[in-house]
Amino acid sequence: MVKSRLMALLLLAAPFAVGVPAAAQLRVDITSGTQAPMPIAVPAFPTGASAPTPAGTTVELGRQVAGIISGNLQGSGLFRPLGAGVFPVPGVADVQRPQFGAFRSAAAQALVTGFVTANPNGTLTIGCYLYDVFSEEELMRQGFTVTPAGWRRAAHKCSDAVYSRLTGESGYFDSRIVYVAESGPRTKRVKRLAIMDQDGANHRFLTSGQSLVLMPRFSPVNETISYMSFANDRPRVWLYNIGTGQQEAVGTFDSMSFAGRFSPDGRTLLMSVTRSGNADIYAYDVGSRRSTRLSSSNAIDTSPSFSPDGRQIVFESDRGGAQQLYVMNADGSGAQRISFGDGRAGSPVWSPRGDLIAFTRMVGGQFRIAVIRPDGSGERLLTDSWQDEGPSWSPNGRVILFSRTERNGRTTLRSIDLTGRNDRRIPTPLDASDPAWGPLLR
Amino acid sequence: MTQHALPILILASALALSACASKKDVLPAESWQAAPAPAEAPIDQPGTVPPVEQVAPTTLSGMQADMVAAAGADIVYFPYDSYGLDEAARAVLGGQAEWLVRNGSVRANIEGHTDERGTREYNLALGERRANAAKNFLAAQGVDPGRLSVISFGKERPAVEGANEDAWARNRRAVTIVVSGGR
Repeated sequence: MVKSRLMALLLLAAPFAVGVPAAAQLRVDITSGTQAPMPIAVPAFPTGASAPTPAGTTVELGRQVAGIISGNLQGSGLFRPLGAGVFPVPGVADVQRPQFGAFRSAAAQALVTGFVTANPNGTLTIGCYLYDVFSEEELMRQGFTVTPAGWRRAAHKCSDAVYSRLTGESGYFDSRIVYVAESGPRTKRVKRLAIMDQDGANHRFLTSGQSLVLMPRFSPVNETISYMSFANDRPRVWLYNIGTGQQEAVGTFDSMSFAGRFSPDGRTLLMSVTRSGNADIYAYDVGSRRSTRLSSSNAIDTSPSFSPDGRQIVFESDRGGAQQLYVMNADGSGAQRISFGDGRAGSPVWSPRGDLIAFTRMVGGQFRIAVIRPDGSGERLLTDSWQDEGPSWSPNGRVILFSRTERNGRTTLRSIDLTGRNDRRIPTPLDASDPAWGPLLR
Repeated sequence: MTQHALPILILASALALSACASKKDVLPAESWQAAPAPAEAPIDQPGTVPPVEQVAPTTLSGMQADMVAAAGADIVYFPYDSYGLDEAARAVLGGQAEWLVRNGSVRANIEGHTDERGTREYNLALGERRANAAKNFLAAQGVDPGRLSVISFGKERPAVEGANEDAWARNRRAVTIVVSGGR
């Protein structure tokens, strides 16, 4: 019984045109930076019969899921969502057979729809469908089963599926950001580690503010972050498992360690350790807890970042007189300078796509976020404010998160996409700095 | 595809009619299960952080005032992006060194600071260069280096707020703090 229905369902899933001309492939070009945002309809997700859940009724969840998806797509700068306020809530039958007339009249090019169902075992199932409004083809369907506490992740995963199908790139919405929340006068700043979903939801503090904390960074593979703390007047890097709360100091260095950043496989932590007023780059093996020194110039070598294939490291060094970017092999050999031109260059981060390095370009007193190819060519400045620094890449290597300080001292998180467009604020409850974008969640 | 269109359409309508009855029929081809979210971790709780291996030193405000009176200052300043000691700085540090030699029971913790015009990580290292420069000078003037410790705050603890040359100049500094105890 189930098998033949499933077969029919799968056949139904394959696009077929009956009397409708074949449409050009619906696609958003995210590299040129010139295309107008695609109008996309995202009405509220219907539910069969409204059921109460610990996260609200399924009717309310259906509205909120559509809201999250709209917010994500809008935030990417590539879409112009027409949301729940514009269209009535569809019926459940409309999810598989939408009435495209209303969406065409609103000039939507694509439609995202789906449903919310409360299952007898307490989980929720959220369906997610994407249609080409003009050709009426179904482009994508996925289903997500979540606990009520994790319902927002289904909306983020649906957003990622929509984004991916329409841009040809992987998404970035089901991810988290860790950063430093700041408050108080600049002379006595209180800094706390904080974590939130990339859309600002589920925000919580990870430290109390008792110790100065800086530079949190995600491990790519588990619930661990590295960060730097001044606890007990001993500035050093720590590993913090944010699931269990357990912490462990990294290495047994007598001097200051800082600037920790994980390798793509999560097994190595790169960092800087000071030595007689200089700073060297070390690789710390998380499993064996052994450290290897990779650089040993009489200079400040810091801000190391692995390439996504783990074979090279970009870092910042003043060995040539002032801070510039260098690329070396993962074993520390073969360092070559890659940044030239006006001013200084620092805080480099290799894109997860491997094609670019984001960094802070400093000319005079102005700091701007820039990108450059690993061979040093093609430098492009992306922002133009007073002090923008500390870039971090989205999981798909298309959006850059950074910290902006204004002349009056306010510090906020902002993001900008690779084309230099869509410079927007990431809202946080307090001032914020040192953002790090985590991997796509599994 | 076209020769099978009719039977598929019939089957599809049959499915659509039964959709309300069984949600499983409209479940999409792929599905994904979320793991339950981890419990909120305790913050800075004892038992989650390794035990203290170092006792933080205690400042001594009376002796600090005494040193300032003898040396003229407990702070020396640096030019932009530099950790060199100019004449004024050497004079002050010389006075501190004499005082420290006379008061052999105390230790000193030297803090290094920068202005805000550098990336966070570089400034941590530059602050330590400044603290080290002061420490090395004191040691060269006869203070046992074992009594001196350094710590850099980079640009995290400015002495004055402000985005102007005067504020920046007053933040580029090394501060000698008289302490007792500590490692």
